Amino acid sequence: MIASRDASDAPATRQLCTFFVDGLLFGVDVVNVQEVLRHQATTPVPLAPAAVRGLINLRGQIVTAIDVRARLGLRPRRTEDSPMNVVATTRDGTVSLLVDEIGDVIEVHERTFERAPAAMNVTLRAALLGVFDLEGRILLLLDAEEVAALGGTCGSRVNETSTRER
Amino acid sequence: MTGDDDLLREFLLESVENLDRLDQDFVALEREPDDRERLGAIFRTIHTIKGTSGFFDLSRLESLTHAGETLLSRLRDGELALDGAMTSALLATVDAVRGMLASIEADGSEGSLDIAPLVAELARLGAQTRLPPRGPSGPAGAADSRAAAAAPASSERAAPRGASIADTTVRVDVGLLDDVMNMVGELVLARNQIVQLGHQVTDPSFVKASQRLDLLTTELQAGIMKTRMQPIGNVWNKLPRVVRDLAHARGKRVDVELDGADTELDRTILEALKDPLTHLVRNAVDHGVETPAQRRAAGKPERGRLFLKAFHESGQVNIEVSDDGAGLDVARIRARAVERGLVTAEHAAQLSEREAMRLVFEPGVSTAERVTSVSGRGVGMDVVRTNIEKIGGAVDVASALGRGTVLKIKIPLTLAIVPALIVTARAERFAVPQVNLLELVRLEGEQLRANVEEVGGATLCRLRGDLLPLVFLDRALELTGADPEPSSKERVTVVVVQADDRRFGLVVDGIRDTEEIVVKPLGKELEGIGVFAGATIMGDGRVALILDVLGLARRAGVVSEARPRGVTDERGAAEIEPQAPLLLCRVGEEGRMAIPLSLIARIEEIDRASVERTSGGEVVRRRGEILPLVDLSRFFGATSRSTGPLHVVVCAAPITASGQGVGLVVEQVLDIVEERSPARLRGTRPGVLATVVVRDEVAELLDVEGVVRMAARRVEGAVAA
Repeated sequence: MIASRDASDAPATRQLCTFFVDGLLFGVDVVNVQEVLRHQATTPVPLAPAAVRGLINLRGQIVTAIDVRARLGLRPRRTEDSPMNVVATTRDGTVSLLVDEIGDVIEVHERTFERAPAAMNVTLRAALLGVFDLEGRILLLLDAEEVAALGGTCGSRVNETSTRER
Repeated sequence: MTGDDDLLREFLLESVENLDRLDQDFVALEREPDDRERLGAIFRTIHTIKGTSGFFDLSRLESLTHAGETLLSRLRDGELALDGAMTSALLATVDAVRGMLASIEADGSEGSLDIAPLVAELARLGAQTRLPPRGPSGPAGAADSRAAAAAPASSERAAPRGASIADTTVRVDVGLLDDVMNMVGELVLARNQIVQLGHQVTDPSFVKASQRLDLLTTELQAGIMKTRMQPIGNVWNKLPRVVRDLAHARGKRVDVELDGADTELDRTILEALKDPLTHLVRNAVDHGVETPAQRRAAGKPERGRLFLKAFHESGQVNIEVSDDGAGLDVARIRARAVERGLVTAEHAAQLSEREAMRLVFEPGVSTAERVTSVSGRGVGMDVVRTNIEKIGGAVDVASALGRGTVLKIKIPLTLAIVPALIVTARAERFAVPQVNLLELVRLEGEQLRANVEEVGGATLCRLRGDLLPLVFLDRALELTGADPEPSSKERVTVVVVQADDRRFGLVVDGIRDTEEIVVKPLGKELEGIGVFAGATIMGDGRVALILDVLGLARRAGVVSEARPRGVTDERGAAEIEPQAPLLLCRVGEEGRMAIPLSLIARIEEIDRASVERTSGGEVVRRRGEILPLVDLSRFFGATSRSTGPLHVVVCAAPITASGQGVGLVVEQVLDIVEERSPARLRGTRPGVLATVVVRDEVAELLDVEGVVRMAARRVEGAVAA
């Protein structure tokens, strides 16, 4: 929805929910954020891509928790630090993004929006809608849809095994 | 405006339902063209649609239904006799009306279908020369029908129909029902949590309240499930029409018989079943049933028979689609599968008849000689299988060349809440749906070493003479958590499961409990893994994954020929005739065990003092021979408090390999029983063949040979140590 929006007909400002991952400042449109939660007990999913940290019980709904660090190819989190959950809604359902720390909800001007610089790490760049140049700080606008899609990493391993079956 | 919309919606809903009934009516009419009552009902349905379409200013729909109605009125009045051409034209009318209604529902327009040729055809048929009068000759039919058509539509639109049913039923939106079902699912989870908490609380009033909650939730759940159930007839009703059209087009004659149309299924499953079932039926008519000439030549009646059967069995719904047609040509299937590169020629030759037949469910294998509009392109059967497996079902085929084919479908009653066994592996919990469970087996020490072998990278387990491939859950799922306990090498717990045709043993670290779990879907991002059927929330609020047993079997590459449920193995089945008398004994404090009387030589009381201990275990000398003893209470780990003489059931030779008899020490001999219910469950522990119901109580059927063999090994093990 955000991705397809043309800069010309977009509102002049938008509100972003911000958070920190490995020292970087990220943001997601507040419209797509359902809630923010402290650390939740997760159930690991065997055979899932490495970025999938597990499943959490969100008031009876089962939500996949995706570690943003692992997903974006950033350094792993120290084991003693417990991540926060940013529960985001995507076209394919609800996912929880595991981040280091929650920031403020801030209002940004569309005119400060830019495409992600080409020099960036490819995995990171592919998961961004773009960047906002705040005074003195770069805010990375995360594409929650792309993050949740897990980059098509899932599923390939299953097809090869199913052919073994007669 | 909204009032009009509501009216239109109601009109669409009602009309679609009525049209579905028309399909059946017409097919029935073809066999019994004089059924005036049925003709009258058809006439009224079409008339109602015509009237209402006039009200909504749907002019094309009105003119089409008017043409149909004119023909129908002449049929109803007996001025014309229904023939094949008329039935076809009227069915085409029903289809066209249905198409227009769908289009109205979608975008409010009547669609672009050209109805002129159909209207002309209806008019031509309706204008045919009048037949010799049959029955009471009324006023001129044509004029009468025109008069009826001109009558104000609204008056008949609200014609009372089945008023008594309307008074006691309500129409509920399916979305609402789904919401309620979801909420009940949540309630079940909350109930599970409360019940678990109840174990820690001593306050009797809380315990009472939680028990009541438990009971009510279960009842509510059952009630809600019922509201979602629909008879399979709702889907089947469309099939006679499908068969009729297809048979007509192929120049075949096929009779359809339905049995068990009132068998109920959850509507989501029913919905998912619609396409596969239609496909199977089409296949049967197109490829299964031969042309009348071919049938005559084969000495069969000209009319083919298609038989649909549905019934409940052990928490599942079974559906069978059978025909008495040409059957499957296994040789051709083999050849085709080799040709398509699905199996090698040697492999194909090794496959059993049954396995080869199952190749029809593989993509690209079609034995149809002709490619027709509906089948023979090699797509279809694999899609049928995929669709059925998607809803947790399984499909199988059996066929005899020249005699016919049977397709058997097994599907769960409902998807939303299922009983499941909770197992653990590396400290993680997983749920195994009960429908996949066959039995639980625990192998320890010597038994483990003797019965489990590694062969060419696969681990096999010998279970009552069968070889069962083992899948270690932790390895299959690549779990990395800590090994639970070092002693696990000495003891394995095997959950014997069956999915589709594959039977294998799932080795787990531990077994928890059986629970009603609420199946919740996994996110799209995890769909590709293929070994999980979903997830559920446990009593402690944590999530547990539900294993997709079939997916797991595929991943682990295990295949095993299926055995019918409920029958143990050939030896067990041969040993125990269905009405064989059984000796009922008590073992331990309260265990009830049954021993086939045919194996028993005599029953004795033996003084405890005469029992001697030897290196081969306990024996007793009787009449010059040595009789080894097996204390069943001790064997099954039960406590025994009796102090009097031993009750020994002496089983005749040759029970053991050495040709000796054996004395089984029981606590008490209870009775000899003749009757036994047909319900048998597979044994749940080694030494037990099956669980049977005797005199309304459960008893375990003793595997005498197995017990003797195991007892001998235990003694050897003890001596060696």
